[in-house]
Amino acid sequence: MKTIIEMRGIEKRFPGVHALKSARFDLREGEVHALMGENGAGKSTLMKILAGIYQPDAGEIFMEGEQLELTDPRSAQTAGIGIIHQELSLMNDLTAAQNIFIGREPRKAFGRLDERLLNQQAAEIFQAMRLKMDPQVTVGSLTIAKQQMVEIAKALSYKFRVLIMDEPTAALNDAEIADLFSIIRDLKAQGVGIVYISHKMDELKRIADRVTIMRDGEYVDTVPAANTPISTIITKMVGREVKDEPLQVPDTSKNPIALEVRGLRRGREIKDVSFTLSRGEILGFAGLMGAGRTEVARAIFGADPLEAGEIFVHGKSLTIRTPHDAVKAGIGYLSEDRKHFGLALPMDVRNNIALASLKSFTKFSGLLDENAMKKVAQEYIQKLGIRTPSDTQEVKLLSGGNQQKVVIAKWLLRNCDILIFDEPTRGIDVGAKSEIYQLLMDLSKSGKAIIVISSELPEVMRLSHRIAVMCEGRLTGILPGGAATKQEDIMHLATQRESMVIETDTDTQRRVG
Amino acid sequence: MTNTDISAPMAATTTKGRFSGAQQKLLAFGTLIVLLIGFSLASPNFMQTSNILAILQATSVNGILAVAATLVIITGGIDLSVGTLMTFTAVIAGVVLTYWGLPLPIGIAAAILTGSAVGLTSGAIIAKMKIPPFIATLGMMLILKGLSLVISGTKPIYFNDTPSFPVISTGSIVGDVIPGVPVPNGVLVLFLVAGLASYILGRTVLGRYCFALGSNEEAARLSGVSVDNWKMAVYSLSGGICGIAGLVIASRLNSAQPALGQGYELDAIAAVVIGGTSLTGGRGTILGTVIGALIMSVLLNGLRILSMPQEWQTVVTGSIIIIAVYADMMRKRKA
Repeated sequence: MKTIIEMRGIEKRFPGVHALKSARFDLREGEVHALMGENGAGKSTLMKILAGIYQPDAGEIFMEGEQLELTDPRSAQTAGIGIIHQELSLMNDLTAAQNIFIGREPRKAFGRLDERLLNQQAAEIFQAMRLKMDPQVTVGSLTIAKQQMVEIAKALSYKFRVLIMDEPTAALNDAEIADLFSIIRDLKAQGVGIVYISHKMDELKRIADRVTIMRDGEYVDTVPAANTPISTIITKMVGREVKDEPLQVPDTSKNPIALEVRGLRRGREIKDVSFTLSRGEILGFAGLMGAGRTEVARAIFGADPLEAGEIFVHGKSLTIRTPHDAVKAGIGYLSEDRKHFGLALPMDVRNNIALASLKSFTKFSGLLDENAMKKVAQEYIQKLGIRTPSDTQEVKLLSGGNQQKVVIAKWLLRNCDILIFDEPTRGIDVGAKSEIYQLLMDLSKSGKAIIVISSELPEVMRLSHRIAVMCEGRLTGILPGGAATKQEDIMHLATQRESMVIETDTDTQRRVG
Repeated sequence: MTNTDISAPMAATTTKGRFSGAQQKLLAFGTLIVLLIGFSLASPNFMQTSNILAILQATSVNGILAVAATLVIITGGIDLSVGTLMTFTAVIAGVVLTYWGLPLPIGIAAAILTGSAVGLTSGAIIAKMKIPPFIATLGMMLILKGLSLVISGTKPIYFNDTPSFPVISTGSIVGDVIPGVPVPNGVLVLFLVAGLASYILGRTVLGRYCFALGSNEEAARLSGVSVDNWKMAVYSLSGGICGIAGLVIASRLNSAQPALGQGYELDAIAAVVIGGTSLTGGRGTILGTVIGALIMSVLLNGLRILSMPQEWQTVVTGSIIIIAVYADMMRKRKA
């Protein structure tokens, strides 16, 4: 089979991140080439460069030996390269057919649309996909899975020679995945080269011909999918060593339980999740993107509703319907998106720290006691080592690490005993990371109960006294922290899909297990 | 997809989608009918032909401006300058016809082209300079207000030298053809503009991209649509329609009143909103907007006939806007 695409020496930097380091990739005609790696390994960035969405800082892209200049999505489309995005990019108010042909509508004279031809062409594509769908249905009224199918139909309509699929099965059920795979096989037969990004190990065996593994923005290896054990692929994915000092796991088993949840449920996102968290303990939550970790945290915090389940705080059963209830019970949630949900960016450090506790700074007259706020703010600036010229500095001018400390100070001041950290070091540079780690460990020593949700395995392993692993809304296991647990063990639980167990793909099972 | 299990729910969602669309128009239209019946029961003077014609005449200018505003609002933008742009184009028509003494068709073309050019400028400020539509058109609103006063020397410009000018608004082609139905030309212009805008929205590429921009601009961009250019085209079209409104109001007053205009943009936006167009973009109809404009003038006219003090009338209009938007949100939440 001849090679269609070759990418060489691709470099890409974003502010603060070296996303791709001399990455490479090649794609043959009529093959499904899976691209694997942990979150942040650079898979999506590399493919967005191939789709013309990002421009590389350095490197070359060849299509059948000829160098390509991909300056925007349109130039990639013209070259015959298409991408189906992980986040759906459809226009909800338009119909399926209108979405498929957006920008390429069949026209009559004077810019008039040929709506009949448009719907007819869409219907033909659906038919080729063996998909029963009304071309005139409004996309916003479809389920996520159907919307995904519209995206795929859109990509097919271009008759691309190279098709990139970024986590196409994330929202699909097993029957739908089987349909998608038969479409992929049709495309293969027509000679289309397909790049397949997925976290689901079991899908590799079913659909991929070759697998390229990336790690930390670098190319690791390319292996044939058929005769490479999944355990080998996992090892290559996580293969970096944890350089930090070994974690001392304290015995927290005799500490009083701060938080217990039983049988949390909500639809497909949270399926019967139960665990306990002791005072002084750090419980890590590991899992792949979309495993339901953030959903569990938000549900405990009252930010999203629950269908079933009980929450006990310090042994007392509580009904938490709103974040206000949770904060009253002493639960603080530090969102992964600090800028949107954690901080009032244009306000100063003092006000941000006091934001959740303004009531206690309100004098009888109704005025705010600025002196007391200043005193407390300066106390926390010192205690947490927040690097800021003064307590009146605007928070948006601080670095990511120091912003995170301001959020922590806010919840400490509010007397929260249970702190949930969602991706506590996202967007924080390496030096500041270890400071945040130290802070979390100090907090646990002082008796706070802490949950850390992180997509970076080394981070989970470095911090957690116990590690809870989730996959597709289920808690697939709780592992001990420290040296006893290896990354492979976590990855195993994180990819333990229900469907995989049901399918009893014995070959895969044996190799993973 | 597998065949049998999909088709049933699919059919259900489809009908639901269409039903809610129809329901929306029904809601506005039903309100209009209820108002008409209510007022005619309350006062025998309401359903007089002369009063109905007065209502239509009063709707024409706000209706045309509301159509212009609808196009922009569907893209997810907003245009606060429609009122003062209308006045500006009226002043330009006055300059061309009265000061320069040029023939009527040139005056008409000048007003419409000026409107388009100003709209194009607003669009460029929004698309190229990336200034939010609210700010860009707020600035444009004040610029045009000032320019109208500067150009006219703060005095009204009368069209006494162009005797056929008032015909644009107050004459009645319909009345000439069908005696006894003297629908003023201004109303005819409104329906023509609305019909044209509706056709553009539903049947042309420009219209399709209006909805696409308002629905998900980034998705449209990633699909290879030149988002900036289409955005400028929409604002330009909207500006041209404001030029038509300028001609209609100048013709009705037989003068360009440079101090007029501010406040019209809010009435126009109110009509759009009452007509069910989403202020966040992506959804809306011209028919809804015209009905919205009619609701507003029927309400004002009816309250006047029932001798409600004028100072109370805007209180009612304001309440109607809030109720209309709330009803729309409730409907959307259920859908």
